[in-house]
Amino acid sequence: MPPAVFPGKAEVRSRSRHLMITAETQSRSADDARRAAQMAAAQSGDRAAYEALLRDCVPFISVIAGRQGVPPDRRDDVVQDVLLTIHRARQTYDPTRSFNAWLRVIAERRAIDLLRQVRRHGARELHAPVAFESYPDHGADPARGVEHAQTSGRVKDALANLPAGQREAVEALVLREQSLAEASITTRRSKSALKVNLHRALKALRGKLERTE
Amino acid sequence: MTSRHESLIRSLGSDLKPVQRLRPPALRALGWLAIVGALAVALAAFANTHAMWERVTAAPDMWLAVIGSTATAVLAGIAAFELSLPDAPRGWAWLPLPGALLWIGASGFGCLRVWVVPAAHVAELSEARDCLLFIIALSVPLSALLLLMLRRACPLNPGLTAAIGGLAVAAAAATLLNFFHPYDAAATDLTVHAFAVALVVGINRALGGQIFSLAGVTAGRLPPN
Repeated sequence: MPPAVFPGKAEVRSRSRHLMITAETQSRSADDARRAAQMAAAQSGDRAAYEALLRDCVPFISVIAGRQGVPPDRRDDVVQDVLLTIHRARQTYDPTRSFNAWLRVIAERRAIDLLRQVRRHGARELHAPVAFESYPDHGADPARGVEHAQTSGRVKDALANLPAGQREAVEALVLREQSLAEASITTRRSKSALKVNLHRALKALRGKLERTE
Repeated sequence: MTSRHESLIRSLGSDLKPVQRLRPPALRALGWLAIVGALAVALAAFANTHAMWERVTAAPDMWLAVIGSTATAVLAGIAAFELSLPDAPRGWAWLPLPGALLWIGASGFGCLRVWVVPAAHVAELSEARDCLLFIIALSVPLSALLLLMLRRACPLNPGLTAAIGGLAVAAAAATLLNFFHPYDAAATDLTVHAFAVALVVGINRALGGQIFSLAGVTAGRLPPN
């Protein structure tokens, strides 16, 4: 009886590796065939198959974008771009060919497009938070608040010295921003009287303020 | 998966309509070339084909240039349809190179010839201008047709695809020009032809990119953060 031949450690490792690779290839091709069938169904208008396929593609696209060097915060942009491209280009896919290969090329190209865009964007913009914080705001004048208070005080004085009818018209129509109809109810004056009073009040205010300046 | 992807997938799903698969690119290129061929037959009806034949066969550089421009039109047409597919290798852009080399080489050698072929003369500047106008006028409908046909695919290299398409158009127009071109090869004529071809390729590249972008094939949009 011939002695039983037991495989050595190295041989077992090599055989199991071979089996793993075979299994991986088979599962990969099965995966590819499923996606190709889903895309063919999508070409004939099967919405469920199409949405399932797109959902299935998202992690695949993200991995490819990462391999192309797209930073993690930009990978979602590549995914969106690729999903849109699949939609736009779905009539160009030939189901007899590999879907994964088709998708990989599209994803790589979109990733490169995005990287170019980011680089162009980066070349135009400068990240300088200190410069931003220390940038002088010409509109922010410390004396402006005082000046504003003085002006409003002068307007208040001028307004107080107006006849009652004119003052009421300015308060209702300008300061409270009421409509003519609303103002005529609150002041119990006619619309035309309000208009005349406002016109006279503004003319008087203009004259008074010009004199005080 | 983020909700952003999910909402996009749903909206793409709701937009899904059955599509007709595109025919192989070589077959689609043949369709465009057949239309150019039909145009050639129509133009031949108005041309003095006997004189053209005599002129073209008189010197090897003349018929080699015609073969070169025809080959460029055919090869560039096939390359443009191949490049219009989103997964096409960029290497297709080199396909028209042999035809273009033959065309440029033969036309260039024609300028070095010291004798003038029968039934031809050296074009004057005003006649050369007519060549320019002919190439450009013929290129407009041929370009429009080609860009519309290419638009059905989804070129991810819009500029390159449109430029190679422009080369096909310019080469086709230059080939058809032979029907109405009683001139021998000369440096001025060659310069005008080269200028016309460059102009057609350049305009196609610029407009083609725009047309493909309008079709929704814009590259690398950056949504606001």
